[in-house]
Amino acid sequence: MTLPLPWPFDREYMQLALASGIVVGACAPLIGTFLVQKRLSLMGDGVGHMAFAGVAAGLLAGVSPLWTALAVAVIGAMTIEWLRLRRRASGDLALAVFFYTGIAGGVVLTGLAGSLNAGVLTYLFGSVLTVSPADALSICVLGVGILAVIAVSWRAMFAVVLDEEAARVAGLPVDALSLGLAALTAVTVVAAMRVVGVLLVAALMVLPVGSAQRVAGSFASTLRWAVGIGVGSVIVGLAVARAGGLAPGGTIVLVASAAFALTAILDPRRRRARTA
Amino acid sequence: MPLTGGQGAEAPPHALRLDGVRFAYGRHAVLDGVSLHVGAGEFVALTGPNGSGKSTLVRVALGLTAAQAGTVHLFGEPSGSLRQRWRVGYVPQRALLVDHLPATVEEVVASGCVARRGWARRPRPDDATRVKRALDVVALSDRRLVPITELSGGQQQRAFIARALVSDPELLVLDEPIAGVDAESQSRFRDALVTRCREEGVAVLLVSHELGAVADDLDRLLLLRGGKVVFDGPPSDLTRGGVSLGVHRTDLPVWLEGLG
Repeated sequence: MTLPLPWPFDREYMQLALASGIVVGACAPLIGTFLVQKRLSLMGDGVGHMAFAGVAAGLLAGVSPLWTALAVAVIGAMTIEWLRLRRRASGDLALAVFFYTGIAGGVVLTGLAGSLNAGVLTYLFGSVLTVSPADALSICVLGVGILAVIAVSWRAMFAVVLDEEAARVAGLPVDALSLGLAALTAVTVVAAMRVVGVLLVAALMVLPVGSAQRVAGSFASTLRWAVGIGVGSVIVGLAVARAGGLAPGGTIVLVASAAFALTAILDPRRRRARTA
Repeated sequence: MPLTGGQGAEAPPHALRLDGVRFAYGRHAVLDGVSLHVGAGEFVALTGPNGSGKSTLVRVALGLTAAQAGTVHLFGEPSGSLRQRWRVGYVPQRALLVDHLPATVEEVVASGCVARRGWARRPRPDDATRVKRALDVVALSDRRLVPITELSGGQQQRAFIARALVSDPELLVLDEPIAGVDAESQSRFRDALVTRCREEGVAVLLVSHELGAVADDLDRLLLLRGGKVVFDGPPSDLTRGGVSLGVHRTDLPVWLEGLG
């Protein structure tokens, strides 16, 4: 089914890329806004690398790699958060430990699997231009789920990222909310990476948030700006990639990087504060 | 086993009561059998030299750190089993803000409402009224839409006091809230605390190195040294012993080293 959209979105593959890209461009920054405040900006990337070990383990054991990747990523992300909550390790150290263990485990397991190497790569570096209608549908279902979770819990999660101890004293379920956010991050990265690639989903968790923070004057507007910049980067990036015959995932990320550079140079929020 | 914070059948239980609390890092005892209480409508300050265990005491009282021996009761219930945690308001030691944290003063204050109404619930109309009132108390109403990071240190501290007040707590615990705060913020802060205490019967435990503007309003002063409470009484008892709080209020613990 092809919708009557203008160029560059006149072909079905571009429309499927647009649909799944917009969902990822909206959901990744929503989750990322909380991760950035918690100084866990690289969580998305770390989860992607743990998923690598999960994919390899699945291929080796002959079970569905998607499920083993999901299991490894969710357990890994929640363990990182648990170590941070229990003050056994700082957030970035815990992340680094799991990140490298994941890569090393993946390398060893793919070595064992031998000829299955190519299979591992397709699970990690999906491309937004090869999205099937079924993939796009599953991404949309995931997106609706993420939106629902954030809509219900963003105020409580804001209280937690603002001041974890005060939130704990007030009786908020800090552990459950933090572990829930970690699990949500893992589910999003694993589900989206096979479709759009790990680079795209992990980068869209961070770059639009960095830009939004320099533009927005409140937390609620940061969430809105981050989603807007994420979705905008996807649309502009896909168009530029088609026009120039460029790799779409990388182009989208570069557009998001350019947006960050622009906001860092202009820094509208600081400028407003100075003139106020 | 101490009684559960009650002083008799009719009297309400203490808002906060610690009995024989011990806490040690390795062999170093930070709290060595600390017992204290703060009753409803009582304004109590806890002071002591650096390293006397003040911050650890706050963490144990609030349930952020578990005591290794002894008991902590909040409103007559063992600390761990109190369900309505919002009855305790906490102002942390100079809250460390994430750089670039994009949040307005109003959003920070409103975050104090979340626990009381339930974490997954939407704000209620009276939450807005509470936020407005709390901002009025600390005189930040005209700055409510300003990002918190653009406020001065004293104003930020006032915003965090408003966040603690917004759930109408019955016990307020403040950890070094006035260190390095400008004179205007100190006097706003004093007025806010004294009003809560005298008019609404809120119990206040102020943990501070300096008493500044509140020295004359205290019901009791607790002095912590070497992990023990070495003085517990009205400040006038110290004055009678020749101590002038008027002169020494800004650097009390150093001066009190010689006491006890």
